[in-house]
Amino acid sequence: MTARGDSRRFRAAREGEWRRLEDILNQAEKRSVRKLSDEDLLALPILYRGALSSLSVARETSLDHELVTYLESLCSRAYFFVYGVRTSASKRLGDFFKSDWPAAVRGLWRETLASLLLTFIGALTGYLLVLGDPSWFGSFVPEGLAGDRDFGASTERLRSTLYDSPGFLSTFATYLFTHNSQVSIFAFALGFAFGIPTVLLLLYNGLTLGAFIALFSSRGLGMELGGWLIIHGTTEIFAIVLAGAAGFRIGWSVVFPGDRTRLAAATEGGRAAALVMGGVIVMLLTAGLLEGFGRQLINSDGTRYAIGLTMLFLWCVYFYLPRRPANG
Amino acid sequence: MAEIVLRRGEGAERQRSLVTPEGVDLSLKLADAGQRVSAFLIDLMAMLAMLIGMAILLFVLLLLLVRFGQPAIEAILIVALLGFFLLRNFYFILLEMGPRAATFGKRAVGLRVVARSGERLTADRVIVRNMVREIEFYLPVSFLLYNEAESGSDVALTLAGIVWTGLFLLFPLFNKDRMRVGDLLAGTWVISAPRRNLSIDMFQPAPAAPALAEPEPAAQFSDAQLDVYGVFELQTLEQVLREGRYDKVATVADAIRAKIGWEGGDDFAFLRAYYDAARARMERGLLFGKRRADKHDR
Repeated sequence: MTARGDSRRFRAAREGEWRRLEDILNQAEKRSVRKLSDEDLLALPILYRGALSSLSVARETSLDHELVTYLESLCSRAYFFVYGVRTSASKRLGDFFKSDWPAAVRGLWRETLASLLLTFIGALTGYLLVLGDPSWFGSFVPEGLAGDRDFGASTERLRSTLYDSPGFLSTFATYLFTHNSQVSIFAFALGFAFGIPTVLLLLYNGLTLGAFIALFSSRGLGMELGGWLIIHGTTEIFAIVLAGAAGFRIGWSVVFPGDRTRLAAATEGGRAAALVMGGVIVMLLTAGLLEGFGRQLINSDGTRYAIGLTMLFLWCVYFYLPRRPANG
Repeated sequence: MAEIVLRRGEGAERQRSLVTPEGVDLSLKLADAGQRVSAFLIDLMAMLAMLIGMAILLFVLLLLLVRFGQPAIEAILIVALLGFFLLRNFYFILLEMGPRAATFGKRAVGLRVVARSGERLTADRVIVRNMVREIEFYLPVSFLLYNEAESGSDVALTLAGIVWTGLFLLFPLFNKDRMRVGDLLAGTWVISAPRRNLSIDMFQPAPAAPALAEPEPAAQFSDAQLDVYGVFELQTLEQVLREGRYDKVATVADAIRAKIGWEGGDDFAFLRAYYDAARARMERGLLFGKRRADKHDR
């Protein structure tokens, strides 16, 4: 009869601790870690180890199926909590902007150069093709984006698009921001297909840009278009270039995994690229603001150039200026 | 016992070992395709509900503020655009970055996101797995909708969209870890970790019905009769007893009676007595290092 009592006594002796651990986990998961009392917080790791050892014992000595599954579930919950993330959201955000994001961007410098080069090639091709034969314009610039800006429009009309503001300023800015973010998320996410869609997207983006430059410079409005583009373009194009770079990182690690498995390489590339992407959204928000408000409210070419180049300078300093490594 | 025997080895191929630093294997269970789909559908519903709620709220605001003219309308439009953007991109990310590592849908089904390596689930992993969702789901869907609305139905394009979506949708079925493309890139997988409650131990005289447990059970069965089954059968019996459904209890009781040559007695009381006796004997066996996986294990 002793054997009959053993597994029951085991359960009776430990059950209180399991219940306490469960209560603490329920509380912590529902609210936050900070709501836990000091006492509970100190008890948590001990209770967790206790539950783990109960699980080991139960697996070896008890045939109560429910008990074993209960302990497995309790232990994994506790494990993910004890070894999970404990830093607060604001601390994590601070770290991201202070060091994580710039470091991730610096790590992608090769991909960034490639992505910049592709945009440039696209722009040059678009420019030369449209200058040579204006009928190319329609194929590079989607109708919705062009509006009535095409080779049929008068020079005066083109000039007015550079300086007149559309009615709903801030709505327009928001729309641009959400649209551009979605495009750059595509450029990033499509990277895993060996980076090919990313190449196409960047080239196409460049072609559109080049076509616009060709249209306006053929009317002697090149300088003015430059101001119109640069005020937000340095931020926006930089962001899209970075998104493309992030896509390339994934594509590259899938094609050339080195001595890791392809899966491990893709995972590693994906995580490095994701950090960059988080920041790209912030850049696009800035660009949307500059485009929506800055560009529509500031009509002087000089100021537009000054703002655009300053932004470029600031981004470059922020990302690439060597800095002292953090302590430890 | 046919319907119960089907449970044998249930999910063994979905079991993944995760050894904690303390050296205990937690043996996690991967979520299956059905659970993933239902979680996602619940999430879509939740997002839709939030969208509708937001639309109603903004509409009421619009009615209230329309006399303030353009700035008010503009502000509402901005909130709508940003709200949609945030919901679409950050609903999954923010919820999975929380302590439960699960969206509302995943919580409802009892799932959570876990790093494949067993490390902690960091923000970058959550961002990747959810940004890839953009091309897995939103891109083809919005593309299809746009295409339908714009040009009627272009068969080739619609077909391409369906193939594209199908490729990503079915991707989890073609790898043994049930990973989406997003999971693959993020190094995560989704496990089924429902909360379990600890009810009473079946291994004691049922307090509600002491009269039924009246015959002193261990004395009643011979060792040969108790050795007919293994651990698997014992735990199946435990489940039958916990469910307590009369038809199942009757079927199982008949099967066991036929097997060990026993007669008479109330079905439930007989099963309880047999369970207690068999478990006592098998747990004693465990202490001596004897574990019979099932009745075929000699």
